[in-house]
Amino acid sequence: MPIKSYLAHPFEGKKAELVKAISVIKQCEVIPAENRDVLVVVTETYSREEEDLLKEQLEAISSLKLLAMVSGFNTPQKH
Amino acid sequence: MYTSITSRRSFIKKMATLSAITAAATMFPGILFADEQERGLPTNGNLDWKKAPCRFCGVGCGVLVGIEDGKAVAVKGDPKSSVNKGLCCVKGYHSVMAMYGTDRLTKPLVKKNGTYVETSMKEALDLIASKMKETIDAHGKDAVSIYGSGQWTIPDGYVASKLFKGCIGTNNVEANARLCMASAVTGFMTSFGIDEPMGCYDDIDHADVFFLWGNNMAEMHPVLFSRILDQRLKRGVKIIDFATRTTRTSMAADKSILFRPQTDLAVANAICYEIINNGWVNQSFVEKHCNFNKGLTNMGYGLEDNYSFTDKPEKISFEDYKNFLEDYTPEKVEKISGVSAKDIKYMASFYGDPNKKVMSVWCMGMNQHSRGTWINNLVYNIHLLTGKISTPGNSPFSLTGQPSACGTVREVGTLTHKLPHGVVMNEEHRKFAAEIWDVPVENIPSKPTYHTVEMFRALDRGDIRFMWIQVTNPMVTMPKLKRYRDATKKEGRFIVVSDIYPTPTTDIADVILPSAMWIEREGMYGNSERRTQYFEQMVEPPGEAMSDTWQLVEVAKRLGFEKQFYYNEETHIEEIYNEYRRHHDNKKHNMAPLEVLKEESGVLWPYVDGKSTKWRFNAKYDPACSNGEDFHFYGKPDGKAVIWQRPYEPAAEEPDDEYPFWLNTGRVVEHWHTGSMTRRIPVLHKAMPHAYVELNPGDAERLQIKTGDNVLLTTRRGKITLPASVNERGVPTPNQVFVPFFDENMLINDITLDSFCPISKEPDYKKCAVKVEKA
Ligand code: SF4
Repeated sequence: MPIKSYLAHPFEGKKAELVKAISVIKQCEVIPAENRDVLVVVTETYSREEEDLLKEQLEAISSLKLLAMVSGFNTPQKH
Repeated sequence: MYTSITSRRSFIKKMATLSAITAAATMFPGILFADEQERGLPTNGNLDWKKAPCRFCGVGCGVLVGIEDGKAVAVKGDPKSSVNKGLCCVKGYHSVMAMYGTDRLTKPLVKKNGTYVETSMKEALDLIASKMKETIDAHGKDAVSIYGSGQWTIPDGYVASKLFKGCIGTNNVEANARLCMASAVTGFMTSFGIDEPMGCYDDIDHADVFFLWGNNMAEMHPVLFSRILDQRLKRGVKIIDFATRTTRTSMAADKSILFRPQTDLAVANAICYEIINNGWVNQSFVEKHCNFNKGLTNMGYGLEDNYSFTDKPEKISFEDYKNFLEDYTPEKVEKISGVSAKDIKYMASFYGDPNKKVMSVWCMGMNQHSRGTWINNLVYNIHLLTGKISTPGNSPFSLTGQPSACGTVREVGTLTHKLPHGVVMNEEHRKFAAEIWDVPVENIPSKPTYHTVEMFRALDRGDIRFMWIQVTNPMVTMPKLKRYRDATKKEGRFIVVSDIYPTPTTDIADVILPSAMWIEREGMYGNSERRTQYFEQMVEPPGEAMSDTWQLVEVAKRLGFEKQFYYNEETHIEEIYNEYRRHHDNKKHNMAPLEVLKEESGVLWPYVDGKSTKWRFNAKYDPACSNGEDFHFYGKPDGKAVIWQRPYEPAAEEPDDEYPFWLNTGRVVEHWHTGSMTRRIPVLHKAMPHAYVELNPGDAERLQIKTGDNVLLTTRRGKITLPASVNERGVPTPNQVFVPFFDENMLINDITLDSFCPISKEPDYKKCAVKVEKA
């Protein structure tokens, strides 16, 4: 199931809050830029339902101004 | 080599991180991430990343496709592409999955006694060629036709035009871009004498104010909208959404202004009135670079068969124009449009402020309009009066919906009146094309035949007997669909459909050809900003699927045109592109050599002296300017652009007592047009499984309709029942309903009207009258 990466833009002055809010979501990894108001977010989910829920959860974060997708990987279920 | 799922997933996560860091670096030069984050990130992994333009929309994002074991498995935004700077939207990401639906067409199918029988590609192509010959012998050349697409690659459209116009000798060549871009073309031609935007997407990085004219950019052009939002974060730019429906775009805009359908014509004139009345006209620009014209009015709506209209432009003075605008004071227009005089003045103030750079952006709202050419002209008027044009950030910008509506339909010219360079009506243009095509000039008829709606009417009447449809799904998209669906089923019609999945259009075919999709073949697309982008073949097409280009070449050879279709199978795309470039070998339209396209993430034409032209008509950037002035509108013989006097006129069918609502139709973010590809992607299908009808909450309350209730829509063409959507994704203005058209099980086009703009012949899918009842 999909692994996606995004650039997340916080509202002004809300970067730390946004990092915190995304970090607590277990399917997300967050990497804040050191010198700009933008974070890299990588999401990993195992089912469609989980992905839908995650999207809703991210969009509900009040410190998030804009989430822009960058890449998506559809990992085949194989060895 | 064995790789465990866990280590493979962690590896892919690292690659995903790297893509995002790279995109961030493109958007924010100098951006830093903590060292430990960047350490250990893979560069490529075992995926082979190859560049391509996205398969889906006209934004034309550059993407990198990850190939593994002969299969496309990943997509990321190409950080080198100046279009998307590493971003990618949900549709772009799913574009590779669209190739792997379980019901891909892999074998040609021929209808025999009412059922489809598998056959070999050779037999199917033989049959198509013999049917074409038979039809021409029995009914003449104008009885065969081809209907293509803005999703055709450049070589697809080129060989179609060469075969039909140059070799067979009929102008029966049309494409679905007639349904989405034709008004933009006639807008450009009438105002500037040459097609396509003068600016480019770099305008987004310079403009201070963005006016979205009936354009739901957040859903339809998501990456460009992200770029605008990004500018708001960085520079505080203003976004004004001017529409008939509240959408995700309106919610994200700084201001949403709603108008009554069709009255954008009046509001645009009122803005011009304000500009003149307040002394905001850029006098020297207008004097040097503009003429004033008026055309015919009360043109009708094309509702009857064989309708024809030719405008008669007449020069007028600035004073005449000023007098005409007296009917469009903000106060008068408030009554017509429902937009307050205050809001009209507010809009005009940004256009009029010499210190604000303004970008106007539009797409279907202005083009699918029974006065589509006029409203395009009127928005150009605003930019011409203020001189806000052809400079970075000052840009009237018509966006396209399809990946190559510009590259193929408009530039190659796959419309009945067009040639790659110029039009069939011009003898010099015919001679020029005939020489490159290696055909006698007499082959190319000097009269256009049928535009799209009329082409399907001709099929109904029996004037057309053979139609080849490629990369498009007219049995979902034609307005007043029932008439045209019945036409295809009539005795003595032969329909060939090339596609990748079964659709309502393959359902009416006599022969179905399986096509190779996107990166299963080699090709080029041209996006909204004049950018031509190349893609190589990355994976094998399934079964016997073949590119649309090669299908046409094979049939052309069978029809006896081996000399003109001399191409080699291995090198034909290069040969075709090189031949095509000859048509545009001049400073106004030169196309980049193939080697350059292979190297770069696309190039803007005119490509002159090794450089893209970012702003046309501006002597600082455009080498084709030759009048010694700052600006040169060289599409017109006297080098001047035209400010048009165009009035407000009502739509073909407006609400009345019997049908008291407006019916508006359009797209949704999850689906690509008719959904033939995206409905096969489970995530997208699940997110938007079927069509619905959006109502204004006030109307819904009055009619006691709640979300999910069945609603019966009735127009003079028929009835349809759809589930209601109230206060969800979009909210139409009162007395208006909106229905998306993607769903083949709820064909809204069965009840739409086939009225069109008399100049562009583009249908108005946004307006007809409908009765709304709880079912
Ligand atoms: S915005 Fe359009 S071109 Fe860009 S990724 Fe999305 S669908 Fe593709």
